[in-house]
Amino acid sequence: MCLAIPGRIVEIVEDLPQLAMVEVAGVRRQVNVDLLRDEPLGPGDWVLIHVGFAMSRISEAGAQEQMRMLEMLGEDEQAMQEIQGYGFGQAEH
Amino acid sequence: MRYVDEFRDPKLIRQAAAEIRRLARPDRHYRVMEVCGGHTHAIYRFGLEGLLPGNLELIHGPGCPVCVLPMGRTDDGLAIAELPGVIFTAFGDVMRVPGTKGSPLEHKARGAEIRMVYSPLDALKLAQAHPDRHVVFFAIGFETTAPSTALTLLRARQLGVANFSVFCNHVTIIPAIRAILDSPGMRLDAFVGPGHVSTVIGCRPYEFIAEDFGKPIVVSGFEPLDILQSLVMILRQLADGRAEVENQYARVVPWEGNLPALRALEEVFELRPYFEWRGLGFISQSALKLRDAFAEWDAERRFTVPGIRVTDPKAAQCGEVLKGVLKPPQCKLFGRECTPERPVGALMVSSEGACAAYYHYVHRAAAAASLER
Repeated sequence: MCLAIPGRIVEIVEDLPQLAMVEVAGVRRQVNVDLLRDEPLGPGDWVLIHVGFAMSRISEAGAQEQMRMLEMLGEDEQAMQEIQGYGFGQAEH
Repeated sequence: MRYVDEFRDPKLIRQAAAEIRRLARPDRHYRVMEVCGGHTHAIYRFGLEGLLPGNLELIHGPGCPVCVLPMGRTDDGLAIAELPGVIFTAFGDVMRVPGTKGSPLEHKARGAEIRMVYSPLDALKLAQAHPDRHVVFFAIGFETTAPSTALTLLRARQLGVANFSVFCNHVTIIPAIRAILDSPGMRLDAFVGPGHVSTVIGCRPYEFIAEDFGKPIVVSGFEPLDILQSLVMILRQLADGRAEVENQYARVVPWEGNLPALRALEEVFELRPYFEWRGLGFISQSALKLRDAFAEWDAERRFTVPGIRVTDPKAAQCGEVLKGVLKPPQCKLFGRECTPERPVGALMVSSEGACAAYYHYVHRAAAAASLER
């Protein structure tokens, strides 16, 4: 629960600016980026995601390190399940 | 060491380990607590204890949310889950936490409407999709997860979702550290500070550790090199006779924390007068509850919960392990009655729990080695 998942912002959702589409190892889901509202955030930026919320902006190198560490801790599969499990940004709203 | 070669930079790891051995005076014993369960997991996974001199002891701290939650709170949550019309939601870790009459997963198997979610926003969405039911989210975690619950509640209010509420079990790390420092017989020399909690609260709240108790604390990242570098920084402080808050994880942790997250916490939550922690007992002002303005979304006010104090199974010594009095394998149930597959105690549930981490990386490796012999 304490380990964050790194993702790359693909786009900020236009009509709901607190949501952004992120990509994690090829999987795209919307996450909430409201906690980073004080930072200029755009496509190509990397963030650490925690229970559906982007918590910090990080560098690309930092994101790669974090993913590698999740793999080494054996938590990468669980992390991908979590990303795939986020349903709140999906269409049927 | 076993894992050194798979590290990103084995040379830097060896250098840091050598520096630790150089700094650790042979005539003294060092006790350093890593507060965060994520660090505990990494320390066992990477076999870091094997890189440290024998007189540098790592003590596992209280930073594993499901580990410190007393069983009575799980029972309270499950009492709500069994009410007609309720859909009860929780994170995956919570699903396996033992209650008096079994875990949420076992209650689900017996027919309770319990669903696992990965985000509190998914619990809120479930409420919107089922207007005829009431969706309760079992909120748990330190300051890392509390802002997401706060934003979800703000969203629920904004959207006017009336069939959603939160059973709040959020705790705060500072009072727990203070309780440990205040406990009689406390023999810690320093702390490895939590990484992701600190992205929210920043480094300033730790200042009392240095100023009032004269102990160093270094906020640390989770990679092996991060943890070893943090230990180097701690040993340097101890060697110089300094006690300061230092930030090894500055690439992620801002000194002032995350202001929008802190504002959301302030708006939605207030401190409970006291809260019970497994192993640490009752700690004043150590947990969050919803403010009156959010009473409508507070499961504890909407539903009657038993609120009974439940003691852990007698044989399980979770509390002693949490206090650092016992190492995981010294518990009578460890690896026999209590395993990650069938946890009796909460420390065996989460990968951040000291028992589960020890079991996965030390106990199994030792068992495999003895088979090979």
